[in-house]
Amino acid sequence: MSAFDILFRPAHEIAADVSSRRISAREVTEVALDAIEARDGRLNAFTDVTAERAIAEANRVDAAVIRGDALPLAGVPYAVKNLFDVEDVVTRAGSKINRDNAPALRDATLIEKMRAAGGVLLGALNMGEYAYDFTGENAHDGASLNPHDPSRMSGGSSSGSGTAVAAGMVAVSLGSDTNGSIRVPSSFCGLYGLKPTYGRLSRARTFPFVGSLDHLGPIARAPLDLALSFDAMQGADDADPALIPRPALPTVAGIGDGVTGLRIAVAGGYFQRQAKAEALAAVAHVATALGVTREIELPEAHRARAAAYLITTAESSALHLGRLQSRAGDYDPDTRDRFLSGAMVPAAWYVHAQRFRSWFRDEMRRLFDKVDVILAPSTPFHALPSGTKQIELDGVVLPARANIGIFTQPISFIGLPVVAVPVWLPGAALPIGVQVIAPAWREDIALRVAETLHASGATSAPVARLPD
Amino acid sequence: MSEFDAAAHVAHMATVLELTIEPEWQPTVVANMAATARAAGLVLAFALDEHVEPAPVFEP
Repeated sequence: MSAFDILFRPAHEIAADVSSRRISAREVTEVALDAIEARDGRLNAFTDVTAERAIAEANRVDAAVIRGDALPLAGVPYAVKNLFDVEDVVTRAGSKINRDNAPALRDATLIEKMRAAGGVLLGALNMGEYAYDFTGENAHDGASLNPHDPSRMSGGSSSGSGTAVAAGMVAVSLGSDTNGSIRVPSSFCGLYGLKPTYGRLSRARTFPFVGSLDHLGPIARAPLDLALSFDAMQGADDADPALIPRPALPTVAGIGDGVTGLRIAVAGGYFQRQAKAEALAAVAHVATALGVTREIELPEAHRARAAAYLITTAESSALHLGRLQSRAGDYDPDTRDRFLSGAMVPAAWYVHAQRFRSWFRDEMRRLFDKVDVILAPSTPFHALPSGTKQIELDGVVLPARANIGIFTQPISFIGLPVVAVPVWLPGAALPIGVQVIAPAWREDIALRVAETLHASGATSAPVARLPD
Repeated sequence: MSEFDAAAHVAHMATVLELTIEPEWQPTVVANMAATARAAGLVLAFALDEHVEPAPVFEP
């Protein structure tokens, strides 16, 4: 028995035990703080541990449970990427520059919702600078490492969000995903990650990267934990101008409904050409588990990726222009040079990319008349060794940093909901993710598929073994 | 798109935008600019109907 046994379980099991008073939220929180103390020194997931707040939140959860309140995330330890505002903590967004700012006065909307559902916040997590990253490396805070092999990348930019959950220090984390920043660390660290539909969850009081493409969502070790978190975080919020008013979509109740009747296809062409053997094998593994043989082509996916790249670099760099003029030397060199060139993008290139986005959305809507779910790799390969600068894909040598997300970018480009599911191929020492892509506003479908895979054992997200 | 001179573009735009590009940063900034131009080439080569509009989020 490990001292961490009550912690190293899915969030829904912890919440069930806290709700039935078999354990207290306070006990879980203290074990989580011990786990962070024991493990984070080697992995570097946390930039801020909010121990005092966590104990206070846990005590409040225990009191609410005694009163008879129903809390879907009772006592669930979680942490957030450090671009979320956490009251009394400086929102560094992975940067050196932003830590000159005053501490946040109020929590991000999603943290307020997690707290209302009984979640206990353990702290803020390492990330790639200003979220312009797929590696999990950070010149200011150091790399957040992969718990399954600390010589490898965690994936980014929600790097600490991957590391902390894979190492068991928390049961759930919140991250952001503009081009793949939830799905990439989920793939590299072997976790379930939900990137909801664009406009579904409030981004209020989080530091922006690319307003046109930014999403927030949860990472966890079970699909049901994603559903519990997603259901808790939905709701209108005038403070996010991109939030689209829709009726809430409850996903917990139907998550076990199975996949009978769903038309599922594997993405061909672009999503196979640049994939390494392990990425192709992971998709084949999931397809076999679901009985899928059909293949489908996403039109102009390579251009969708290019257009996402253009919008990202132009829009983010325009946001940073003042800082680039006054403090370029204080940026992480790996992001600085991308922001500097992004500031120089001609307007016509950007506008054409935005128009192409409308075209691609319409084409994909038509495609979803024929299928309900599309499967594609999350990343072209397993987690890369830390420090990798170049990769070879389809015979071409490319910069690693920008190309880890080639399969995630075309999908977030048009805001489709995705659950990334973790595959452990026979004999593999590392996991790799598969994207379960659903039509807009149908997170429930992607979650049902993920739950079916998880329940059958075809996908799984074990806590990494580390000597404690 | 005709041959794109990334180095000349970066030099010109750095002046326009009042950006300081230290000499040791310059090769990477130029390489990134060239990569962005290649991406733009792919996107611009795809003809769109005049009526296809961006979808900005703006509610008056």
